[in-house]
Amino acid sequence: MARSAAMTAKPRTLYEKIWDAHVVERRDDGTCLIYIDRHLVHEVTSPQAFEALRLAGRTLRRPDLTLAVPDHNLPTTARVDAAGQRLPIADVESAGQLATLEKNVADFGVPYIDAVAAEQGIVHVVGPEQGFSLPGTTIVCGDSHTACHGGLGALAFGIGTSEIEHVMATQTLLLSPSKTMEIRVEGPLGPGVTPKDVILHVIGVIGAAGGTGYVIEYTGNVFREMSIEGRLTVSNMSIEAGARAGLIAPDEKTFAYVQGRPMAPTGEAWEQALAWWKTLPTDAGARYDKVVLIDAADIAPCLTWGTSPEDVVPITGVVPDPASFADPSKQVAAQKSLDYMGLTPGTRMEDVPVEHVFIGSCTNSRIEDLRAAADVARGRKVAPNVRQALIVPGSGLVKRQAEAEGLDRIFIDAGFEWREPGCSMCLAMNPDKVPAGERCASTSNRNFVGRQGPGSRTHLVSPAMAAAAAVTGHLVDVRTLEPVG
Amino acid sequence: MKPIRAIEGRAIPLGLKNIDTDVIIPAHYLKTITRKGLGRGAFETIRAQPGNIFDDPEYKGANILIAGDNFGCGSSREHAAWALNDLGLDAVIAPSFSDIFSGNAFKNGILTVVLPQAAVDRLLEVAKTDPISIDLEHQTVTTPFQDRFTFEIDPFRKHCLLNGLDEVGMTLAQGALISGFEAKMAAERPWL
Repeated sequence: MARSAAMTAKPRTLYEKIWDAHVVERRDDGTCLIYIDRHLVHEVTSPQAFEALRLAGRTLRRPDLTLAVPDHNLPTTARVDAAGQRLPIADVESAGQLATLEKNVADFGVPYIDAVAAEQGIVHVVGPEQGFSLPGTTIVCGDSHTACHGGLGALAFGIGTSEIEHVMATQTLLLSPSKTMEIRVEGPLGPGVTPKDVILHVIGVIGAAGGTGYVIEYTGNVFREMSIEGRLTVSNMSIEAGARAGLIAPDEKTFAYVQGRPMAPTGEAWEQALAWWKTLPTDAGARYDKVVLIDAADIAPCLTWGTSPEDVVPITGVVPDPASFADPSKQVAAQKSLDYMGLTPGTRMEDVPVEHVFIGSCTNSRIEDLRAAADVARGRKVAPNVRQALIVPGSGLVKRQAEAEGLDRIFIDAGFEWREPGCSMCLAMNPDKVPAGERCASTSNRNFVGRQGPGSRTHLVSPAMAAAAAVTGHLVDVRTLEPVG
Repeated sequence: MKPIRAIEGRAIPLGLKNIDTDVIIPAHYLKTITRKGLGRGAFETIRAQPGNIFDDPEYKGANILIAGDNFGCGSSREHAAWALNDLGLDAVIAPSFSDIFSGNAFKNGILTVVLPQAAVDRLLEVAKTDPISIDLEHQTVTTPFQDRFTFEIDPFRKHCLLNGLDEVGMTLAQGALISGFEAKMAAERPWL
């Protein structure tokens, strides 16, 4: 490209570059018909979209840009018997939804990873892992945590069933541009502070609706130095701050992560892709609609105390007093949260016992997450008061990798359950649920009322903190555990 | 979606105000995997009453519903429109509709006709014994008794309904534009 042209062009953000590269048609009112490069499909939100196509006699415009995998409904217990035969799914509605997906992908020619394939997993773990999700692409899925793929520098967001149908039929969506927000985190992260702690802290700062109407770009040394797994964790939870999508500029780490994956480009195509991806980072002088600066030194290992992801405190903190909030509506919400959570203001977070531990979900079920949890679990035992401690790898490939590293033995020896991949206890659509009134230290993304089962009480934490809670039986600062052996 | 020009047939003279989406389709029917079949749950609470209007043989096969003010108020569930489709309803006539329901109905090819209360009252009377005709092109509702009421409709929605265009259909009409974009991408970003 001519250098002079590049220098005279208006500086653009990463978001603007990806948007501009996907405009099929720009209308007078500013809405654009946007081309969708990648469409991920799962069993829960797709049935009516497939049915609509069928009723209208339509087909998928680009099945080759579509990938389906079941995850939400699948039990995480064994899927085949000793003879290798697939085991039936007891829940009739779940079984029906899964069977519907199988029929739909067969009827419409959609590439499909089935429930017993080694590559099966949570859709947002599978996409990056397979090289289906690529930098600079537009990625959609009928699931709000599609924001996850922004960790690779892709514009990725969740859509509804009517939009799923629209993408299936046209490979486009009619969209209005979002505002842009830069969240810049600079400085050294303290010991024991993980990507999960960073994003929880960010949500605590800007609030659960702070990102509404925006696409967030995470910048600063903290994200540059973060692993790809960590970036996926951060971008995943953009939606918990209200932003439909998050973005982290692709760099050498991103390229190294993508290269060689089954669906990633190779040869000359790889070189072409690489050259374009390198043009994507935000230009110097580009303007964001809003900028939030955060000092990395302010971030501690943290967790949620309430029923909104914005209810964040450091693990060294206490349950807040509702009266301490300036906003009267927040005071009321906080009191309701505390009643639901069974917590009293002033209680030290570290004094709160847990009966359940869940390590998994599209937020924290990648190999790095399991390694971090295993580092804590190694040589320890799950505390007697913990009724269930689940480790649910994000995909069959993550599971296999963990087993090759011996992580499964560490977990099993410590008293954790080692499960098959799926959404599991994140959302209570499958048999993994937290019983009413019981408390879970969970690496998932939502602590909403009833999210992990009716009456369940959720504390969102990092994998290391979840493992630490499991072996101590209460919420605990992972930095204070005595070395084992 | 099939184009709508004229809708003729018997109409169910429901006439009630504030029919909300929970009345149209209760929440426990939202677990379905299809848009079809929701008719069995449609107006469940009303249909639980013996002798209700929906199960009256007089209105068997009716394709129009006449209701009171604020039809479709409440939640955003598109299942409400799917349920009406499944009942075989092509149009609803009322003095007013909730915005959300109106949009959902439009996306599913159901015509919402807004008429003054007096006109609705007259149609409720006629519907007990005779069919009603809706002409979308000329924006009129007529009866066999020389009644003729005109209604307003958003020109864009009218165009879509007359031509059977849903949003997917409209975008598909730009297929050449999309194909052009794909050809450009195949050249510029062949790795996709």
